[in-house]
Amino acid sequence: MFNYVVRRLLQAIPLLIGVSIIGFALMHLAPGGPLAVYTLNPTITAQDIERIKAVFGLDQPIHIQYLKWAYGMFTGNWGFTFFGGRPVRDVILERMAATFLLMGSAMSLAVLMGMFIGILGAVKRYSVFDYLATTGAMVALSFPTFWFGLMTIFIFAVKLGILPSGGMYTLGGEADILDRLYHLILPTVVLSLVLVAQWSRYTRSSFLEVIHQDYMRTARSKGLPRGKILLHHAFPNAIAPLIALAGIQLPWLFSGALVTETIFSWPGMGRLFVDSLTVKEYPILMGMIMVTAFAVILGNLLADVANALIDPRIRLE
Amino acid sequence: MIDEVEKMARMLDTEGESRKQKDVYETQAVFVFRRFLHHRLAVAGGIVVILLLVLAIFAHVLAPMDPLSLDTSRRFIVPFSDRSFILGTDEMGRDVLSRLLHGGRISLIVGIAAMIATVFTGSIIGLVSGFYGGKIDNILMRFTDTMLCFPQVFLLLVLAAFITPTVVTIALIIGLTSWMEVARIIRSQILSLKEQDFVQAAFALGASDRRIMFKELLPNSMAPVLVSATLNVANAVLMESYISFLGYGIQPPLASWGNMLTNAQAYFDLSPWLAIIPGLMITLTVMSFNFLGDGLRDALDPRLRM
Repeated sequence: MFNYVVRRLLQAIPLLIGVSIIGFALMHLAPGGPLAVYTLNPTITAQDIERIKAVFGLDQPIHIQYLKWAYGMFTGNWGFTFFGGRPVRDVILERMAATFLLMGSAMSLAVLMGMFIGILGAVKRYSVFDYLATTGAMVALSFPTFWFGLMTIFIFAVKLGILPSGGMYTLGGEADILDRLYHLILPTVVLSLVLVAQWSRYTRSSFLEVIHQDYMRTARSKGLPRGKILLHHAFPNAIAPLIALAGIQLPWLFSGALVTETIFSWPGMGRLFVDSLTVKEYPILMGMIMVTAFAVILGNLLADVANALIDPRIRLE
Repeated sequence: MIDEVEKMARMLDTEGESRKQKDVYETQAVFVFRRFLHHRLAVAGGIVVILLLVLAIFAHVLAPMDPLSLDTSRRFIVPFSDRSFILGTDEMGRDVLSRLLHGGRISLIVGIAAMIATVFTGSIIGLVSGFYGGKIDNILMRFTDTMLCFPQVFLLLVLAAFITPTVVTIALIIGLTSWMEVARIIRSQILSLKEQDFVQAAFALGASDRRIMFKELLPNSMAPVLVSATLNVANAVLMESYISFLGYGIQPPLASWGNMLTNAQAYFDLSPWLAIIPGLMITLTVMSFNFLGDGLRDALDPRLRM
């Protein structure tokens, strides 16, 4: 087990390096370079820019720049914002909790609902429910998340008035947990729509594969009750590829969260990203791209380790 | 000479035997098409796709008005209430139907162009990676894995902020951030094809690398590529709508289904239709391409070859 974890960690290192190289390249692709924002100030001369370059170390050879920047990234020094000079790390960390709350809720809802629908569909294959679920999943996958958000806001907030149209809590009121939950409902449902669809499809196909195995037939012929067969024999075997699915969905979760936060005025990282785009706040943009990529790598690592914990065959690969 | 060996190797392909019955030879295309027709939803999706393409191509003929002409005295007209504005008008007094048709053309162009860029990039990378193997394969696949770590919308928005957003550039950046799956699919196809007899024969006869890649391997990997391309158009249309909605894609006054929704949230009280209609079109389009791709995947599935 320990060997497997070490191996996976070593495999993750080239990924981290690759991600940092791409991030660094992106930063230097920005028109005007990293010092573009200074050119907005009409009193800065070309000489001043040269001096600023020297101060920031931008006149050094590019691989040295990269190494310094990468070192900063890995040690928590993510630079300072253009407007305001705040440490980028603080700005991003402030917003992280809100986004992770949204992502976590959406993922939990997706796993629970998706697995439920998928298992039911697999057990009652070709039934009306199964057909509706499969087609419904395809339809749900085609909804643009932001449009689904707009529609739910329109129906539940504008027309019916039973759910709030945005924000994390009611302004001016006491932000107690009930109020927060109340505000969490709609964004979570909207973000989880596509995830539920994917989970139900993958769970269904994974369960279908498992159900037709010989050991399932043995269990049935032994007279075991259906519930026990599903829980004890089918579920653990079907779950392995699904844990990998959780890892694969992580990048999409971030993308979806960005759009959902914009619609629901949710104070998270996604909204920070969009706001920073407007003012071309490159340090924050780059910091966030790196953070999300790191999070994805970490998430996949955890998913693989969880998989290895459950399925001994993976440990021995 | 290579062609003759190829012909001989194909003749030994016993899987196709059952299709050649009583001197009636059924080409693979017809076989796949018949299988495809069994999926009613996929057929429906295909019909809708063709319909949308027709609407997009003839948008300038079908649109009753110029999508850019505005009349601020006639804003927020409700759909189906006015003879001259069938689907109503938006916040600037522009005809929604015309903008929908022209916007559809733009969105579909971006979708298809992005798909072409994706398939092209992914094919090259997958082909080289699968064919040469070894270190090149290792590096290219690591690169692919690295690119998969970035959330697509984040990358797209940053790239879109760097460039001047036109139809071509938007399609390009969508294409350049979606190629990873295609590369993987093609690579795995190539890896399994490499061991087959007709490829080994071509190797033995001294065919050049390029010839083997483009005449033997690539044509036989077309099936999963076709499926992937269809699903890719769906994703590209979706991505374009995301970034246009956020204001970094197709710029107004040029219409695209995404940017028609940018300000829709602010006008819920005045005209919810502005939010409903373009989104419905996006959903319909993406759904049709998804159903079509799914049906193609089932029809082309080699495991079900009868």
